[in-house]
Amino acid sequence: MTDGRPRVPGHRRMLMFAALAIASVAAACGGDFPQSSLRPQSDVAREIDSLFRGIFWWAMVVFVVVEGALIVAIIRFRERPGAPKPRPVHGHTLLEIGWTLAPAIILIFIGVPTMITLWRIDRPPERSEVRVEVVGHQWWWEFNYPDLGITTANELHVPVGKTVDLRLRSADVIHSFWFPRVAGKRDLVPGRVNQLWFTPDSVGVYPGQCAEFCGTSHALMAMRLHVEAEEDFERWVEQQLREAVEVEEAGDDPLVSAGRDLFFGAGGCISCHQIRGTVAAGILGPDLTHVGGRGTIAAGVLENTLDNLASWIKDPHDVKPGNLMLDMGLDDEQARQVAAYLLSLE
Amino acid sequence: MATAEAAAHSEGKAGGTYAGGLWSWITTVDHKRIGILYFLSGLFFFLVGGLEAMLIRLQLAVPENTVLSAEVFNQLFTMHGLTMVLFAVMPMAAGAFNYIVPLQIGARDVAFPRLNAFSYWLFLCGALLLNSSFFFGGAPSAGWFAYANLTSSQFSPGHGMDFYVLGLALAGAASIVAALNFIVTIINLRAPGLTFMRLPLFTWMTLVVSFLIILAFPPFTIGTIFLLFDRMFGTLFFEPSGGGDPVLWQHLFWIFGHPEVYILILPAFGIVSDVIPTFSRKPLFGYPVVVYSGILIAFLGFGVWAHHMFSVGLGPIANSAFSGLTMLIAIPTGVKMFNWIATMWGGSIRFRAPMLFSIGLVAMFTIGGLSGVMHASAPADLQQTDTYFVVAHLHYVLFGGTIFGLFAGIYYWFPKVTGRLLGERLATAHFWLLLIGMNLTFFPMHFAGLHGMPRRTFTYPAGLGFEGYNLASTVGAGITLLAMLLFLLNFVRSLRSEATAGANPWEASTLEWATSSPPPVHNFDVTPEVTSRDPLWYDGIALPAGEEEFHMPNPSYWPLVVAGGILMAAAGALVGLPVALLGAAVALAGIYGWSFEPIH
Repeated sequence: MTDGRPRVPGHRRMLMFAALAIASVAAACGGDFPQSSLRPQSDVAREIDSLFRGIFWWAMVVFVVVEGALIVAIIRFRERPGAPKPRPVHGHTLLEIGWTLAPAIILIFIGVPTMITLWRIDRPPERSEVRVEVVGHQWWWEFNYPDLGITTANELHVPVGKTVDLRLRSADVIHSFWFPRVAGKRDLVPGRVNQLWFTPDSVGVYPGQCAEFCGTSHALMAMRLHVEAEEDFERWVEQQLREAVEVEEAGDDPLVSAGRDLFFGAGGCISCHQIRGTVAAGILGPDLTHVGGRGTIAAGVLENTLDNLASWIKDPHDVKPGNLMLDMGLDDEQARQVAAYLLSLE
Repeated sequence: MATAEAAAHSEGKAGGTYAGGLWSWITTVDHKRIGILYFLSGLFFFLVGGLEAMLIRLQLAVPENTVLSAEVFNQLFTMHGLTMVLFAVMPMAAGAFNYIVPLQIGARDVAFPRLNAFSYWLFLCGALLLNSSFFFGGAPSAGWFAYANLTSSQFSPGHGMDFYVLGLALAGAASIVAALNFIVTIINLRAPGLTFMRLPLFTWMTLVVSFLIILAFPPFTIGTIFLLFDRMFGTLFFEPSGGGDPVLWQHLFWIFGHPEVYILILPAFGIVSDVIPTFSRKPLFGYPVVVYSGILIAFLGFGVWAHHMFSVGLGPIANSAFSGLTMLIAIPTGVKMFNWIATMWGGSIRFRAPMLFSIGLVAMFTIGGLSGVMHASAPADLQQTDTYFVVAHLHYVLFGGTIFGLFAGIYYWFPKVTGRLLGERLATAHFWLLLIGMNLTFFPMHFAGLHGMPRRTFTYPAGLGFEGYNLASTVGAGITLLAMLLFLLNFVRSLRSEATAGANPWEASTLEWATSSPPPVHNFDVTPEVTSRDPLWYDGIALPAGEEEFHMPNPSYWPLVVAGGILMAAAGALVGLPVALLGAAVALAGIYGWSFEPIH
C-alpha cells in the first residue's frame, strides 16, 4: 500500500492556475457590464475603485509569493528514492519574525489608503446640490425631491456634475441602495435615516438594484439612474411638476378613456396609487402621475410598453411573486385599457 | 461500522468489547462511536446541503430561469447555508474531535461520556427539527443570517422562522455542551508528560474552537430568544415602531457569526497542521507560533463582527475600527501559511490523499484570505458586500479551506477508524476533480460580484454580463458533484476491503497512531507517557510496564431520553402547550434517571 503513490507534477498545478486566470480575464474583458463596480462614473465610485485596484495588486504580490513558495516546495522536496531523512528543523526565529512583519507592512500600505478614503466618503458631503429622499418598499423604490416637490418611483434623475445627497429610509424591511457605477451600498433601515452622496461625472443611464435580501422578490427590486445634462434635467423637473390633468387633455383615444374610467372606477386603482391633479390619492403604491414617461415598470423589471404594462396589471404576482399590488380581476382587454391610460401619463 | 474488528483488537479487559446491534449504538457513550455517529450525520447533511446547492446552481445557470420559484429558491439558499455551517461542517469536525482527541491525548474517553452522547442526540434533534420544516409549510426563507425585521411575523408569516429559532436553539445548546466537554477533557485527561506545548495541533485547535463555541453561541441564543418572543408573544425587540431596533439583531448575530467562521476553519487548520508534518517527514515548523497564531485568530475573531455591517451606516469611527481590526487577522493567518510551507521545505513529501488535500487547503485558502483583506477595507467592501464577490470569498475559505481540510482529515484518519485505507487512485481523482470543480464554480463569482451581481437573487436579467460567469459556475458545480460521487464510491468500496492498514500506516508521530486500528474500546492497554512533541518519532514515548486498572462507562439511554424530551418541548412551541409540557416532563424525568443511574 505504500508503493504506487501517484505523482503530482507541479507544472500541472501551475498550468491549471494559468488556464483559470486566462479564462477569467478573457471573460472579464469580453462583455459589456452596465452594472459593474469596475466602471465608475462618479467621484465616490472612482475613489473606491482606485482603492480596490491598489489592494488588488498587493494581493497579487502576496498570491504570487505564497503560491510560488508552495509550488517550489512541493516540487523541490517531493519524496525521492534514496534521499536522506529530512533534518528535524523545529523553527527559525528570524524567519518567523520576518514573515510576521512582512504582512504587517503590506497592511500599512492597504490600511492607510483605506482610512483616507473611508473618512472622505463616510461623512456628510461638502456640498449638497440635489437632495433626494429614498424610501425602500417591498419591492420598489420611492424617490422624493423635497426641494423640488417631485415624487417618482424606480427611476432616479440627477444632473451631471452636481453632488447628489440622498437620505435613505425604509417603509418596511431592510433594503440596500446600490448603483455600483456611482457609489457603494448603503442600507435603508427601518427606524433610521441613512445618508449617501456622490457626484456623477458622466451622462448616461445606469442600472442598480437592491443589495440586501428583503423577501421573496428581492431579485426583482431594480432601479435606473438617469444622469442628465443640466438642461435635460431641468426639462424633466418641469415635466414632473406638471399635474396629470394637463397631460390628459393632450390626447384622448377610446382605449385611453376606457382605461381612465376603469382606473378611477371599477379597477380600484386609486385606493393605492396617486395621480396628482386627480382624485387618485393613494399612498401605498408608487406615484403614477408621470408613469408613462418612465422607461421601465415594476421596479426596473419590465420595459414600459403597452403589452408589459397590461400583463403586469392583469397578473402582478406572475411578474413579481409576493408583491403587495392586488390582482383586481381585470380581463385582458381591461388591462390593456388601463395600461393605455397609464402610458398617456407622460 | 467495523466494530467486530474493534472487539477483536481489545483484550477483554473491563469494558473491553463492543456490544453489537442497533441498541448498542443508541445507548453508546463511547467517544469513538459517538464520533462515528457525528461524522456520518454530518456527511449526510453535507450531501443534503450539496443537493440544495446544486438546485441553486441549476436555477442560476441561465438568466430568467424558472426551474425554481422565488420562494423555493429563497428557502434553498437559507437552508444551504444553515445546513452546511451547522449540520455538515460542525458535526463532521465534531466527529473528528470525538474520535481523535481522546486518542491524541492518550485518554480512555472524554470527561463526561453521557453528556457527550446527549450533545450528539440534541444536535440530531435540532437538525431534524429544522429540516422537517420542508414538510410542514416550508423552510425558513430569510437567509441563514435572518435579518430582523424581515423575520417578524408580519413579513415572515409562515412557521419557517419558528423552525429556525427552535432548531438552532437545540443545535446551539448541543454545541455548547460538547464544547464544555472537550475543554474539560483536554485540560484534565492528558497523558503524563503531554504538556500543553506538546499537544498535537488538532487537539490544540479543538480546545480553541471549544472556547469559541461557548463564547460565541450565547449571544446568538439571546438573539433567537428575542426573536421568538417578538414572533410568539408580541414583544418589540426588533420592531422600530415600538422602540426596538433591527440592527440589534445584526450585532447579536455577527458576534456569533464571525467567530463561527473560525469555529469552521480552525479544525481544518488543526488537521493540516498534523498532516503536513506527517507527509513531509518533518516536525511542524515553528510549533509555538502556529499555536499562538491560532489563539490570536480566535481572539481577534471576537472584535471584528461589524465588518459584516459596513453598509449599515454605523459611521466612520466604527467602520474604521472594525476595518483595521479585521485586517490584523491577516497577520496570524499568513503566519500559519508560511509555517506550513516551511514545514514542507526541506522535507520528503509523499503525495498521498491527506497531503494532497492539505496542499489544496494552503493554495485555496490563500485566495480566500486575500479576497478577505479586500473587503476588510470598508470602502472597497461597500461595493463588494452582498454580492457574488463575497460568495466567492466565503467558499474559497469554507470549501477551499474547511472542506479540503476535512477531506484531508477523512483520508488521514479513515484507516485509524476502520482499519482500512481509502483507495488512493479514486482519492487522487477525487482531489483533482474537486479542485477543478470548486475553482470553476467559485472563481467566476468574483467577477460576477464585482460586475454588480447581488447575492440571494433567485434570478438575474440578461444583458448585465452575468450570463457567462453563472453558466461556468453551474458547470463547475456539476464537476464538484461528480467528485463527491467518486468519494462516496471510494468510501463504500473501502469499507468492504481488507483491514490491512495497521496501527500507523502513515508513519505519523502523534499518539492516536500508537494504538491499533481501529482502537480497542479502552483505547490504550496502558496509558503512555510522553516525553516529546512527536511521541512516535525520535523515541518520544514510554510505555509503563504492567497491567492497568481502569473502568469504562456503561451504556445509557438517558441522554437520548433527555434530548427527545427537549425536542418534544420545542415542537410543542409549534403544536401546542400540552406537547411542550409533556416534552419538558420527559426531559426532567430523563435528567432524574440520568442522575441516579447506578455506576458499576
